[in-house]
Amino acid sequence: MDMDKDILIKVCTGTGGVASGSNEVLETFKGTISSAGIAASFSERCSAQRVGCRGFCAKDVLVDVIVNGEKTTYKHIKPDMVARIFDEHIMKGNPVTEWTVGEAYQAFHNKQTKVVLSHCGEIDPEDINAYIAIGGYEAARKALTSMSSKEIIDIIKESNLRGRGGAGFPTGLKWELCLRIKSDIKYVICNGNESDPGAFMDTSVMEGDPHSVIEGMIICAKATESHHGYIYTKAEYSLSVIRLQKAIEQCYERGFLEKNIFGTDFNFDLKIFQGAGAFVCGEATALMRSIEGKRGMPSSKMWRTAEKGLWEKPTVLNNVETFANIPKIILKGAQWFRQLGTERSGGTKVFSLSGTVKNTGLIEVPMGTSLREIIYDIGGGIEGGKACKGVHIGGPTGGFIPSELFDTEVDYESLAQAGSMMGSGGMVVLDETNCIVNTTKFFIEITQSESCGKCTPCRIGTKRMLEILERITTGRGKDSDLELLEELGQYIRATSLCGLGMTAPNPVLSTLRYFRDEYEQHIRNKKCPAAVCKDLITYSILEDICNGCGACKRICPADAVRGVRKKPHRINTELCVKCGTCFDACKFKAITKS
Amino acid sequence: MEEILQKILGAYRKNEGNIISILQDIEKAFGFIPEETVTWFSKKLDIPASRFFGTATFYSQFHLKPRGKNIITVCRGTACHVKGSEKLLNRLFLELDIPSDEETSTDSKFTIEKVNCIGACGIAPVTILNKEVLGKMTLDKLMKEVKKIKARE
Repeated sequence: MDMDKDILIKVCTGTGGVASGSNEVLETFKGTISSAGIAASFSERCSAQRVGCRGFCAKDVLVDVIVNGEKTTYKHIKPDMVARIFDEHIMKGNPVTEWTVGEAYQAFHNKQTKVVLSHCGEIDPEDINAYIAIGGYEAARKALTSMSSKEIIDIIKESNLRGRGGAGFPTGLKWELCLRIKSDIKYVICNGNESDPGAFMDTSVMEGDPHSVIEGMIICAKATESHHGYIYTKAEYSLSVIRLQKAIEQCYERGFLEKNIFGTDFNFDLKIFQGAGAFVCGEATALMRSIEGKRGMPSSKMWRTAEKGLWEKPTVLNNVETFANIPKIILKGAQWFRQLGTERSGGTKVFSLSGTVKNTGLIEVPMGTSLREIIYDIGGGIEGGKACKGVHIGGPTGGFIPSELFDTEVDYESLAQAGSMMGSGGMVVLDETNCIVNTTKFFIEITQSESCGKCTPCRIGTKRMLEILERITTGRGKDSDLELLEELGQYIRATSLCGLGMTAPNPVLSTLRYFRDEYEQHIRNKKCPAAVCKDLITYSILEDICNGCGACKRICPADAVRGVRKKPHRINTELCVKCGTCFDACKFKAITKS
Repeated sequence: MEEILQKILGAYRKNEGNIISILQDIEKAFGFIPEETVTWFSKKLDIPASRFFGTATFYSQFHLKPRGKNIITVCRGTACHVKGSEKLLNRLFLELDIPSDEETSTDSKFTIEKVNCIGACGIAPVTILNKEVLGKMTLDKLMKEVKKIKARE
């Protein structure tokens, strides 16, 4: 990082930022700085750099311009806007106020406490010097040179850090179990197989602050006396893989990995393993089978993986976010971390807030924050002023929490009590235009297709649940279906082998608990209140609003719209395939679903 | 082909690889897993072909059939689902005349794929057109992109 430069330009380059064109914006800034029209003495004061995701993806591309320590953040920046920012703000000192982020951006950040994400959006993730400049690898140095394994474990235990992968097992205890077992070979694995749809916090940490994950792993290796590590990540997360790879190479060059780290006699090797795409590989035993090159099928936990894990050797497996917390705990102390959270779990939790909320993005809040604060204060409420139905937390095997229970505080226990779970921390907000039954079916489709097939309750049970939901959403449901779903759900939960099966019925059971009437509407009245389920709705044109512009007729893929220009059109319901294209295309809101 | 396979075999021996890494390399080199490559490795390494196929069919990254020239991936994550990705997907199948139960058009020009989540939920719904991630997708925008590709072909 160019610490001596007094004008810094930081461009967000997370997956969301890149998709919105941040690389082009960064190049334009760099080009402008070095262009002939700018005096060389001035150019030397400027530095344009890439930074990781800062969370507010809805406003990408976000650009920070920092002049003499004063930060201005711009939103929705395109390459052609760079020249004006450069001319007015950087050269003349007048920020372009019409492009700066407004109050919503402040409100989005005000209630957050950034620990894991504290470096994301601040430093260049591809530059180890940037990480070192803000105190990076200090914690690892401290742990390796001046602490014993037991001292490290005591601090982690004291901090009340619990596994951020979802189950919430106390991290210090896990490490202690592994340390106690004597073995020549032990492994440390970072679980970056974030497969929960609707969750993107791990990828953002791996992309935005890869060194903090590596540092956490080095400390864990020291605490458990392991010398081999793997980071398991999805091949779909291509940017994470590239940045982690770079970070690991930089560590090898610096001597932070391999042999005699920080001049001690401690050795640690770290590799990336790219998963080949299987949801179930987020489960610890399945993930280990996958590294061994086998089908990723979970095995029954006769032994804890701390005793017999990868290649039957003692293994500690933690989630990306858990590891990213470690260096901060070592440096700032267990008490600091502990008091951030609740009595039962210390620290903060990162959630990815998405769905129909105004401010979608990545957020980090102290444990114990209420859902209402998250959705209304940080998320800014529901888009377009629609009514909120609830929030789904914890990925496809998580559960729904209705808006009446938004005072629930987020931590492992209270979410479980409400019928949901922490899971990996995906939070998807649903409004009145989302059908609960359809969304539940969507989750069961995922768990059904991702079930590895090893145990019967999960393999066949999820299939049967899907068939019943299929029936209900196409208007062929029976009254007895709801009880059958409940019964089936309880069996699957009680008898499945691994976490995937045990939690797979959660969406069904939680929606039956809170949204039973919506199921009944589908079954008894053959109606989808949210007008989503294709077989239960018909599209028609309101003849007194339609002005015959023909937009729907031109776009209909099934030629189901008939009409003469400038006269009201009609939809032929026999030809209509209910794709909804006309509904979106009509500018006059003349098309209705019912 | 032999040459490419030899190279993959070399990397496997050098990096203490496993079946997954071999399959990943084959997929990268050919765009799918041709049957003859599996038989070749099965003989060279004395590992039953069934183990290769068992692994290949387990993971979604591997394809046993050739794929189209243009690959359109629709993200089916929860955030994208809530924002209407199903609609995008259905329309694509209609537009590109892809037979039911298939992913690739009969002229091998297009393959439509679903992915569980690419981790860009903040800009849902997301589609990937030939490796380029496009956020906040609408039917209109998507159809325009498809037309552009069709015109090129």
